[in-house]
Amino acid sequence: MLTAAEWAVVRLSLLVGGTACLATLPVAFALAWLLARGRFPGKVLLDGIVHLPLVVPPVVTGWMLLLFFGNGGAGGQALAALGGSVLFRWTGAAIAAGVMALPLMVRAMRLSIEAVDRRLEQAARTLGAGRWRTFATITLPLSLPGMLAGVVLGFARSIGEFGATITFVSNVPGETETLPLAIYAALQQPGAEATVARLAGASVALSLAALVASEWLVRRAGRGIHVL
Amino acid sequence: MSFDVDVAIRRGERLIEAAFRTGEGATVLVGRSGAGKTSVLMALAGLLRPERGVVRVGGRTLFDADAAIDVPAERRRAGVVFQEPRLFPHRRVAANLRYGLRGSTAWDATVAMLDIGHLLDRWPRTLSGGEARRVAIGRALLSAPEFLLLDEPLSSLDPDRREEVLRAIERVRDVVRLPILMVTHDVEEATRIGTRIVRL
Repeated sequence: MLTAAEWAVVRLSLLVGGTACLATLPVAFALAWLLARGRFPGKVLLDGIVHLPLVVPPVVTGWMLLLFFGNGGAGGQALAALGGSVLFRWTGAAIAAGVMALPLMVRAMRLSIEAVDRRLEQAARTLGAGRWRTFATITLPLSLPGMLAGVVLGFARSIGEFGATITFVSNVPGETETLPLAIYAALQQPGAEATVARLAGASVALSLAALVASEWLVRRAGRGIHVL
Repeated sequence: MSFDVDVAIRRGERLIEAAFRTGEGATVLVGRSGAGKTSVLMALAGLLRPERGVVRVGGRTLFDADAAIDVPAERRRAGVVFQEPRLFPHRRVAANLRYGLRGSTAWDATVAMLDIGHLLDRWPRTLSGGEARRVAIGRALLSAPEFLLLDEPLSSLDPDRREEVLRAIERVRDVVRLPILMVTHDVEEATRIGTRIVRL
């Protein structure tokens, strides 16, 4: 079983991953919608920028976040004006995890929006449904399984985030030390093999639970949308 | 005056031009495949924006390029039956029929006329082609439309069912007296339904 300190690490990972996932959700959805349905100049560029965290070394993403949210950065100064900071805080870890999860969430959501038959939306409009009702009653329920898959995938990615987090907010036990960071720190200490094994086990269990939950949600949504 | 249409619709390289004015009753649009019959129907429904021209139905201007009038599809009150039924796959038949339901429309009469009462609890994916077509017609009628746009509504129906749907359309034409614009390939259907035939 995990020790109290290790449970704290798991709880922090869930907090960071969950916050990252929920905060990224609206942004990812808006971007997915824009990329799936929008026609505007610079769409390819936006697509590229969204996918950047997927291909750039995480350390570079972390460093760029540090520049932006650091004392000299625009984000850092804006937060300082409000009397806050995300450096060395769990909120910073959540930002790093969210940015890293964004491309995965956008991809899954974009595919599911693109898969909705637009002829059904046209039919809804001829039946008197405005854009919002069409969206809420046709587009959203039909793309729900993919949306949920995107959210869970994003969550799984968030709790596994390492490179950008350690670069951006460092490894502060109790504040930014999520599972991967704790495992890495334990690996540096002689005689902490048991800790590493337990934390790694917790990590695998969490990821597996997320994947199973995703599969279950998708199936359930596949049935559930029929009763909406 | 039912339909007063004079439009040019851009479809890729092609420019589809259609101009006709019709009186009471049903207008049938005929023409070879690819002449743009469906495009004209979609323009009347508000799902396709003409490059120029005017669309008036029953004296109401739905589109006028010069006057910058373009009533959105959801406010045109068109009952559209598409070539493919386009039933919502995540809603049962009853919920499909209810989707556009307006006021005190004759639910029972419509369901009986189309003989779809026994299908209400079914999912669209379990329906045959003819059943799905009848549900689609019912869904359009129950939205209390001010005019009907029918895109080959009788294709994929067996002869008996075809006859029933034909009678239903005639009833809508003669009793409810809705302006109807129907696209068809079939000469017999055209002469039977059409008060007026427009060749595209």
